[in-house]
Amino acid sequence: MRDNIEDIEVELLLAALYQRYHYDFRHYAKASIKRRLIQACNQLHFSSISALQDALLHEPTTLPRLLNYLTVQVSEMFRDPTYFRAIRERVIPHLRTYPSLKIWIAGCSTGEELYSFAILFREEGLEDRTLFYATDINPTALQDAEAGIFALDRIQKFTENHQKSGGRTSLSDYYTANYGRAVFDKSLRSRVVFSDHSLVTDAVFGEMHLISCRNVMIYFDRPLQDRAIGLFHESLSRKGFLGLGSKESLRFSVHANDFSEFDREEKIYQRIAA
Amino acid sequence: MTDAIPKAIVIGASAGAVEALLTILPDLPKDYPLPVFIVVHVPPDRRNVLAPLFESRCKITVKEAEDKETVTGGVVYFAPSDYHMLVEEDFSVSLSSDELVNHSRPAIDVLFESAADAYGPGLLGVILTGANQDGAAGLAALAKVGGIAVVEDPATAYAAQMPGFALAACPTAKVMSLKQMASSLLAWGAA
Ligand SMILES: C[S@@+](CC[C@H](N)C(=O)[O-])C[C@H]1O[C@@H](n2cnc3c(N)ncnc32)[C@H](O)[C@@H]1O
Repeated sequence: MRDNIEDIEVELLLAALYQRYHYDFRHYAKASIKRRLIQACNQLHFSSISALQDALLHEPTTLPRLLNYLTVQVSEMFRDPTYFRAIRERVIPHLRTYPSLKIWIAGCSTGEELYSFAILFREEGLEDRTLFYATDINPTALQDAEAGIFALDRIQKFTENHQKSGGRTSLSDYYTANYGRAVFDKSLRSRVVFSDHSLVTDAVFGEMHLISCRNVMIYFDRPLQDRAIGLFHESLSRKGFLGLGSKESLRFSVHANDFSEFDREEKIYQRIAA
Repeated sequence: MTDAIPKAIVIGASAGAVEALLTILPDLPKDYPLPVFIVVHVPPDRRNVLAPLFESRCKITVKEAEDKETVTGGVVYFAPSDYHMLVEEDFSVSLSSDELVNHSRPAIDVLFESAADAYGPGLLGVILTGANQDGAAGLAALAKVGGIAVVEDPATAYAAQMPGFALAACPTAKVMSLKQMASSLLAWGAA
């Protein structure tokens, strides 16, 4: 018997969400999901998680709104500049040796990470031989990513980060300011495929030289992290690279031995060629 | 869960945190039986400064919390800068880069509310000095599940606002000086 009614409601709602819409949050870290569901109830004016579940099943407009609570859209261009510096200085020299490249930004959110990579690859002269895949489960975030428009008041931080990452150009070369918004040059996404893809329920879709998946798996429980890491392992070319968020690692994973620590500090791993 | 067996301690602190914690933590013995989770407000780009600072001054093990690690007694877990720290029902830690809460990441409320869920009445929560109102809601949540709420005496705290807001939200909290707190933590561990 469980005495916490909210915990029961959370479980039931996640089951309903999966059965009805095939979005699977059942193995996400519970504490954060619960927080976000309670927040959704308060802000969308439902008296309980059960009431929210009722709307989710019977009122189609509830799903996209709920997804914006269940998925966390916190991002930044060149977030953790030292990560991008390590990509630039240590990973790019390896990537240069390939005639064509496939890069996967998994959990790309509203596009900040993708545009960072696109700019970095252009600066390093690799853009023309690269195809980027930018994937996420949140359709609204993907639309925003595809639009490439960010609030102008975020640009100062992005610019600082870009400089700290070893940027060779000025970030202002890549956008035009317009009514409080920075509209990024659409040529930056001419080699990008945006796609709905879930690390929980979807499969391998291509062979990648570099996968960057940052601050996504942190929301998963351990078995689910292992599933995602297994998927990355299968998707990587021999000696392909995997970059994670600054508080994510492969240390506790069942797949730990399939990768070597390429840059321990920056959480960049390399697939061990089998 | 009915009787309050001590299981864990959560502490939140902001302006003046280091001084205050230096009065409390060094007294905890190496074999202190409980885990201690601490959120201190630090700027997002300060990487792992707290754990090394306290490690050398404490007998108890001090570390920066890692995502999905299993909680053990006798360890002080600091939330990393720029991440929220939560305790899961299975007594593991999870980190998240969710939005700021009370203008802050890590936020004290996020830790306290999740720990209250996980530990129920076995939790002792302490709000120390600070110049904002983070922790007030969390302390109230902790008291609601039967945990023990403790607040640093606003009259002697380096910054009185945070203890003041915590007391307003949780009037049943015990008010203590830092010295009293140190012995109270020891007693809670020995209970
Ligand atoms: C905190 S954001 C990280 C954004 C970016 N990678 C960064 O580090 O700045 C997490 C993103 O992961 C996405 N996400 C959550 N679950 C996912 C899943 N199962 N598969 C793919 N993406 C997922 C969310 O929609 C969200 O856009």
